[in-house]
Amino acid sequence: MLHTVNKSPFDRNSLERCMRTCDKGSAILLIEDGVYGGIKGSVIEDKVKGAMKDVKIYALEADLDSRGIKGRVIDGIQLVDYNGFVDLTVEYDKVQSWL
Amino acid sequence: MEEAGETKKIMYVNRKAPYGTIYALEALEVVLIGAAFEQDVYMMFLDDGVFQLKKEQDTKALGVKNFSPTYRALEMYDVEKIYVEKESMEVRGLTADDLIIPVEVKSNEEVTKMMTEMDVLLNF
Amino acid sequence: MKFGIMVNEGPYTHQASDSAYNFVAAALEKGHEIYRIFFYHDGVNNGTRLTTPPQDDRNIVNRWSALAEKHEIDLVICVAAAQRRGIADADESKRNGKDADNIAPGFRISGLGQLLEASIQADRMVVFGD
Repeated sequence: MLHTVNKSPFDRNSLERCMRTCDKGSAILLIEDGVYGGIKGSVIEDKVKGAMKDVKIYALEADLDSRGIKGRVIDGIQLVDYNGFVDLTVEYDKVQSWL
Repeated sequence: MEEAGETKKIMYVNRKAPYGTIYALEALEVVLIGAAFEQDVYMMFLDDGVFQLKKEQDTKALGVKNFSPTYRALEMYDVEKIYVEKESMEVRGLTADDLIIPVEVKSNEEVTKMMTEMDVLLNF
Repeated sequence: MKFGIMVNEGPYTHQASDSAYNFVAAALEKGHEIYRIFFYHDGVNNGTRLTTPPQDDRNIVNRWSALAEKHEIDLVICVAAAQRRGIADADESKRNGKDADNIAPGFRISGLGQLLEASIQADRMVVFGD
């Protein structure tokens, strides 16, 4: 199952809620303001790294680029473009958008 | 259409409180219309979504329609699998007694498992 | 693979319609099928032809219309959500006694059943919203 998160974790609970509820072996894709959850040195970095033991975390490159934080992404988070986003929705059997 | 007649497990994931935004009301409209499709339907209330089911909603002074009684009608539409996450209620100081309809209370772990068993998740 | 898409936010205020468009464009490029795009909540505002953004900005509505024409994509605006927000085609306008319609080319207005039907028919449903 692919989870998408589109909210900043400093504003809303979507990312933490997603990390708490996602099943082992699933993937989380950070899009839109959700990409702020992938920023290095933030108060949520440890939680994100902890989640990465059980799930793969991806971030959408266009959203990182536009926000000026592509160079600040936590090691281990994989960057994808929209083609990669589509591929993830194909690879995983369904999508849960944590709106 | 080889898939005609197929039944899918569809979960409506409700995570937003009523009145502040329209999502809760319009999600409920989807569930009511969707009932005609006779799918295997699950309604899940998480996070602020649990406030949708709070008893004693009174919208007179607000001047908008109180749609909370509609949740009681879900049964007539054969929408009977209605779940609320335990942790979401606890964090908000609610118990099942505060809710307008009887629900099944599920732990976060059980919610995770149920979600993985679905075919489609519609998020509101 | 067959995709169903739901767009829940209006253009320009929220990124959801841009994300949805970019996703759909990439999926089509890869040879996937877009079974339907269903516009709900404020997402119905993606379908008004009266949208007039500044010239140096993208025209989100025209972009959907062009995509629909090129790839024969079914763009469906929810009727109940559209009535609340003042999006109407000629029939809807007449039925409700209005003096104008504003639906953009390539869009059609229909019921919520279209969302359910897409969820049932599609291999994947992807929701873009707030």
